[in-house]
Formats: sequence, structure tokens, C-alpha cells
Amino acid sequence: MSDPRGQDELNTFPRLLMQHAQQRPNRPAMREKEYGIWQTYSWAEVAQNVRAIACGLAELGFKRGDRLGIIGDNRPRLYWSVAACQCLGGIPVMMYQDAVAEEMAYVLQDAEIKFVVVEDQEQVDKMLEIREQAPLLEHVIYDDPRGMRHYAETFLLGLDELQAMGTAHDKAQPDFLDGEIRKGQPDDVSVMLYTSGTTGKPKGVCQTHDAFIQSAKGGCQFDKLTESEDILSYLPMAWVGDHLFSYAQAMVSGFTINCPESGETVMTDLREIGPTYYFAPPRVFENLLTTVLIRMEDASWIKRKIFGHFMEVAKRCGAEILDGLPVSTADRFQYWLGNLLVYGPLKNVLGFSRIRVAYTAGAAIGPDLFRFYRSIGINLKQLYGQTETCAYVCLQPDGQIKLDSVGKPAPGVEVKLAENGEILVKGPMLLKAYYKRPDATAESLNEDGYFLTGDAGFFDDDGHLKIIDRAKDVGKLNSGSIFAPNYIENKLKFFQHVKEAVAFGNERDFVTAFINIDLEAVGNYVERRGLAYSGYTDLAAQPMVMQLIKECVEEINAQLAADPMMADSQIKRFLILHKELDADDGELTRTRKVRRKFVSERYAVLIDALYSGKTEQHIETEVKYEDGRQGKIAADLKIEEAKTFAPQAAKTAA
Amino acid sequence: MAREIGDVVLKMEGISLSFGGVKALTNISFDVREHEIRSIIGPNGAGKSSMLNVINGVYHPQEGQVTFRGEVRRDMEPHKAAKQGIARTFQNIALFKGMSVLDNIMTGRNLKMTCNLFQHALHWGAARKEEIEHRRKVEEVIDFLEIQSIRKTPVGRLPYGLQKRVELGRALAAEPSLLLLDEPMAGMNVEEKQDMCRFILDVNDQFGTTIVLIEHDMGVVMDISDRVVVLDYGKKIGDGEPDEVKNNPDVISAYLGTSH
Repeated sequence: MSDPRGQDELNTFPRLLMQHAQQRPNRPAMREKEYGIWQTYSWAEVAQNVRAIACGLAELGFKRGDRLGIIGDNRPRLYWSVAACQCLGGIPVMMYQDAVAEEMAYVLQDAEIKFVVVEDQEQVDKMLEIREQAPLLEHVIYDDPRGMRHYAETFLLGLDELQAMGTAHDKAQPDFLDGEIRKGQPDDVSVMLYTSGTTGKPKGVCQTHDAFIQSAKGGCQFDKLTESEDILSYLPMAWVGDHLFSYAQAMVSGFTINCPESGETVMTDLREIGPTYYFAPPRVFENLLTTVLIRMEDASWIKRKIFGHFMEVAKRCGAEILDGLPVSTADRFQYWLGNLLVYGPLKNVLGFSRIRVAYTAGAAIGPDLFRFYRSIGINLKQLYGQTETCAYVCLQPDGQIKLDSVGKPAPGVEVKLAENGEILVKGPMLLKAYYKRPDATAESLNEDGYFLTGDAGFFDDDGHLKIIDRAKDVGKLNSGSIFAPNYIENKLKFFQHVKEAVAFGNERDFVTAFINIDLEAVGNYVERRGLAYSGYTDLAAQPMVMQLIKECVEEINAQLAADPMMADSQIKRFLILHKELDADDGELTRTRKVRRKFVSERYAVLIDALYSGKTEQHIETEVKYEDGRQGKIAADLKIEEAKTFAPQAAKTAA
Repeated sequence: MAREIGDVVLKMEGISLSFGGVKALTNISFDVREHEIRSIIGPNGAGKSSMLNVINGVYHPQEGQVTFRGEVRRDMEPHKAAKQGIARTFQNIALFKGMSVLDNIMTGRNLKMTCNLFQHALHWGAARKEEIEHRRKVEEVIDFLEIQSIRKTPVGRLPYGLQKRVELGRALAAEPSLLLLDEPMAGMNVEEKQDMCRFILDVNDQFGTTIVLIEHDMGVVMDISDRVVVLDYGKKIGDGEPDEVKNNPDVISAYLGTSH
């Protein structure tokens, strides 16, 4: 049947959902671990639940175009609420579940939210706390009724009750919801995702059904994803990546999403599910590798020998075998043996036995780290994108993996470079607008319809895109050579002992850096050498740790010296911070990116000390503990000089 | 509050207990009402743990009587107390260190299992069905105490605060109507104490479990108890609501000492 407005086409998420419920009613759509057992929901059940929630919301007075706030961990019922909201022509607005109440108040106000669905009592309490600041808020609906018995507030409602209301409503007026779904248009806004606020206040990015469906389709074709994939949904729902992988792509290709039992059980759940399609930020891959290496250090010498030998083999030929390149028979045999003894069991422990495609993005991934996973046979790839582009700009094609690029433009996406090196993109996945911010929308979309990513990069000879830094962060040293702080920081962060780094140098004579050590890795390192320490601040002040980090910095300097563009960016002086940079103190965004400006203002004293030639600086810092109390950390920080290399001498030194 | 304090369920009358020449408890009487949180406090050696041991039948007092749910008891045995719905935790953790959290909590279900050893050994039919039912209950407890991530971890590898929580879990698995907690918060840091307080209040609130609690931390006791008994050298020196007890001069001198 054809109809003029394309009402039967699968061009909105609710239509996709109803289609799956008809075509594959009994295939698993979602799994959730509850009371220690994986519970499965088929597509038919999901559709039924979504209908109930949607009708319940309608009964409460939810109207077309209204925003629905959604806050919590990755729970099936929260994903259903997203779909339910879209059925009614509403706009779901997911918020980071670990955000403090004030941050949520900002979004509630900015998006003028009247309805929220939250996971549990913890989030309900936050809503009660900010009630005054969000006068529009009318209904708070909670998923988990635990601990909610004594809440008498009339604007609270359990999701169970809402669903019961909705089921009755759907029975009485079965045509109502189908009518609402039919009214939905592909260019309606399907979701609002807030930017992390690395630069200024978070902005609501409005994406349409069409944008996400096109991006999801492109991604699924590119990697040949089918309905039989399994994915573990454990990253915040408010993040564009989760919305693309766990929602849009699942809706497009009909695969199964699996919700972990709780944040702490992700590792166990990963092993039990054994996903075929997986996404994680580099941080997660790094933590996994660190855990493996630490455990290997504690293993018996014979195991260590076997591990060491086969890791060498994998390093030599693993990635080549994965890419289908020619490899000698002897190496193939060794790799086969290694797979039997080391890689196979290792992948099994990590939960990666069934992985077909794994992606990482969000930050640069260390070459060693990237190579490690690829060499043991995990098809780990990088992608590039942002909230404004549905996280869909560049993807690495199978068999053409380069460590330092983010791949080629994805199907349907056009990428070009501005004169200053800024990356501009165009395609169906672009945002419709920033919510209520025409100024910002105009600023980020140029006349030709290109989105200004704000990233600086270039294409290499094979047409792969390389990203160097944020375009606005790229500065100049007084010597006139280019200074790309992220580039340097990422190099530092590739060491397992360095957790975070902040480099300074714009309009200065030389480059300096703050360093955060990795408590687990460095702690293990010093314990092994018989040194006791009492916590992060104490550990960071140990001379042994200083020496360790100094070696890392000097190695980076040698690498930088080898690159004529970057030779001037060698780190002359550095210090180890007395506290870990923390999102609760405003130093990191919720996605754990450094807020450069905030950090340089907060620690201005330290920067002065780095450039004034002092060898020690006292600092006192206010910190916020997890329970909300304030405290102070004071320390005398040592400032260290690192060896630098002359550009021409680099080859011998490195 | 939805929880309503009901009738007296446990009545201690004129309890005296001595070990040879040592008088641990002297003529102590108090009662515990349905659904309440009743605390027993006192300095070291005041007889608090002895009192708890009298309640669940580990010690047999020389004088006095215990009435539990209308039944006057003599020579009570601990396993009978458990059958009547009294569960407890211990001051020094008494878990099976080498067993997983799950298995440890499962032992709390022991009294509710009806199949015999032979059936369990075969693990077939009724025994299997029974195990599934019990496992479900145990999982509910795990969910309640938010310890999913350590389900399969051997208890010996857990930090102290978590072990205490597991022990509470084992007591809860028995679905008690009266829960005896012997210093559930001893040796914990502030955060762990807060967590434990929340769990105790939640147990009391959600399951309506009556709780008798021994605790040193006065702040905690005063915050969560409905009524408090104060012991000193085996004698009762105070009994009443937290505020009342707090201002009782005898209690103040027992805790802070007096100048003579």
C-alpha cells in the first residue's frame, strides 16, 4: 500500500519497533539480569510494554512535542520509555545518572521538562531536591519501587502503575496509539542529547528520526550487522554513542541489547553475554589491559614465559592475520598455537570470545593498546563523530586499519577541511538545531550546510582522516611552531602509569605539563618495590614515582623530537598533581574530558611555578567528596625538569 | 510512617545469669514490641552480648523467664530459637571464609529446606525444585543488600564492611521475625556505617522485622532506635526512648564516668 505521506514506511523509530514486533515477535530484543538470572524480552513483549507506557503517559497528559526526561542506568524500562515517548511524538531527553542535582536542574529548566522517568529512589530524591528550581516539573515516574513506600508526594508515580493505567487505556481505545504513531514524521525531532559542556553550558542537540535511522543504517551496512548480534548496553544512555548503538542500530537491524545487572557487575556480565558487537571508550580497554598485565605479573614464571612468548608472536603477525595479509606458515602455526594457549583463554576471560566488531572512540587510543587487542584477534576499530552528527562521520573499514587515523568517511557522509585545518562534515546525520539556541546553531552550521566540528585534522595519502586536536586548542609557542596540547597529552596517557595529563604552552616559551598518575598501576609498581604509601597524594609525592614519570616524559620528548612539526613541543618541566582530576570538582566533564580552561584557572599558581623556575610549590585545593561534603587537600609539589632532545639527535636517543 | 509498633513479642523478666562467681546479668526485665528497633547499649562488659545469648538460647539464665510470642521458655536451644524465627549476627564475623557469598547466604536457608541428604545428593525432583526456590530467596536478599557484584566471591577475600553485610544477608535469608544484631557496625568507617544503618532501617521497614541491636556507637543508636535499654555491670540502669535515655544521669555517668 502506498500513501502520499509515507506513513507505512519505516522512517520513525516507533514504526520500526512495531515492524519488529510483527516480523520477529519471538526473537530476543532485550535481556536484563535480574535476581542473578538473565531475563529475556522478545520484540513482541517490548512493543507491548512500550504501548503500555506510551498510553500511560498520554493518560497523564503528555502531549505531542513535550519533552520526557529520562534518568538512570541502562534499564530496559528506560529504553522502553524512550520509545514510548517517541510513539506519542514527544522528545526524550536523557540525563547522566551520576550528575549532581543542580546539573539536572539546568537541563530540566533548559528543555522545559514536565515529565521525567527515573530509575530509582536515588534519582527521585534528586528530583525532590531541585523541585523549586524546575517549576514546570509535573510528574516524576520511577522504575524501581524499592524504598518508595513512604513518599507521599502526589506527583510521584510508579512505572508499574503507569503501565497498568496505560494497558487499560490501550484496551479501551486500541486505535489511539496507532494513530499517534502514524502522525510521526521522519523529520520530527526524535531525541535531544545534551553536549557534555567541555565548552560552556551544555546545549541540547535536536536530532531527527531520519538522522539517527540513516546513521544507524549506514553503520549496520558498513559492518554487516544482522539481527543476531548481541550488544552489552552499559554506557550512559545520555551519551550519543549509546543511543546510536543500543537504540538506533538495534531498532534498525533488530539485534539484542543486554543490560548489565549493575554498574559494578559489568565485567561479569560481559563474560556471561559474550557480545558480538561491542563499544567501549579507550579508557575501558586500557583498564582491561592493565588488569590483565597486573595479574600476569603475579602469575608463576612459567605462565609469564608462555604469555610473553606468544604476545611477541601476536605482535609480529596477529594484526596481519586479522587483516588477511600474507603471513609465513611458521608464524601462522605459532599464532594458532598461541590462540590455543593464550589468546583464546584471554579473550574468554575478557568476554571477547564472540566479538565480530568492536569500536572505540571518544578519545585517542594508544597505539600499543590498539595493537594489543587487534593482535589477539579482536577486530577493534576506531570511529569518529560527535553528538551533533549522531556519532557517525568516519569509520575504519575492515582490513584497512591504521593506528593513528579514524578511518574513511562513512556511507553518505561528506567530509572536507577548512583552510585552518578544521574538519567540516555534511550528511543526513547532522543535527536539526540546538534547542532554543539559534545563535549556536548558526555558528556551527555554515551557509553550505556543513557542520563545523571544531576538530583540526588532515587526510593522509589513502584518504584516511587523522585528527590532531581541537581546532581552538591548537595554539602557537613563542617560537612560532604549532602547539597541539591534546596530541602531547594523549601520547603521555598511553603510558599505563599516567592516567591524565594537561599540557600548557600556548604563547609561552616552552611546554609544561600536569600529570595524574594511575593509582592502581603505579601503586602496584611501588608495592612491588617494597614501598608503602597511604593514598593518592602520598603516592604522587614519592621520589620513586617522580623518577618513573620522568622517564615517561623523556621518552615522549624523544618521540616528539623525531617529528619536525612537533620538536619544539617537548615537555621541559612537569609536576605530578596532588589529587586526581575529578568530574565532581568540575575539572572533568561527565564524559571524563579535561576542562582545560577551568583547570588552568584553578591551578594558576602551579602554572606560574612551572614557568618561573621554582622547584617546589605549596597548594591547597578544595575537594568535594562523594557524599557531598567539602574538604581540603594540601601538598608541596615538586617540579621536575625533563631532558629534551635536539631535533637532529632524536634518532640516536630514541 | 507506615510501620506501626505492635504488641509485646518478647518479654524478659527478672533475668539473672552468672558464670561461677561472675554475675553477668542481675535481675533484668524489659520487653520488645512487634516491628520496633530496640537497642541494648552499655560499656564493655556490661552484659550486652550475654543478654542476646539468653534471647536466642545459647545461655540459660539461672533465674527469670523469657516469653516469646506468648510462650514461656525454659532451657531454650539455639536451633529451636531459629525455628521460631529468631536470627542473629555475631560480633566477630562467623561466616565460612572459603565459601562464596552466595553459598554463605544459602546456609541461612538451611532450616527451611525439607528434602533429606539423599535427595539433595541426587539433586533431582523435589530437591531441585526446592533449591531453585531457595536460590530465588537468596537472590532477593543479594539484591536487597546490593551485593550482586560479589555474589561469587569467596567471603575471605572481602573487606570487613562487606563481610558484615553478608552476615546480615545470611540472617535475612532465614526470613526472621526477630533479628538480633550484635554490634553490626563495630570497626566500620563512617560510610560503611551509613550503609549499614540504611539497611537496618530498610529491613525493619520493608519486612516489618523486629530488631534487637547491640551497638557502641551512641550516635547511631540514638538515631535509629525506637527504644533503648542501658546496661552497666550486668544491671539495667536505663530504659526508654532515645531522648529520655540520653538525659538519664546514670547513663551519662556510666558512659562518661563521674567525678567522685
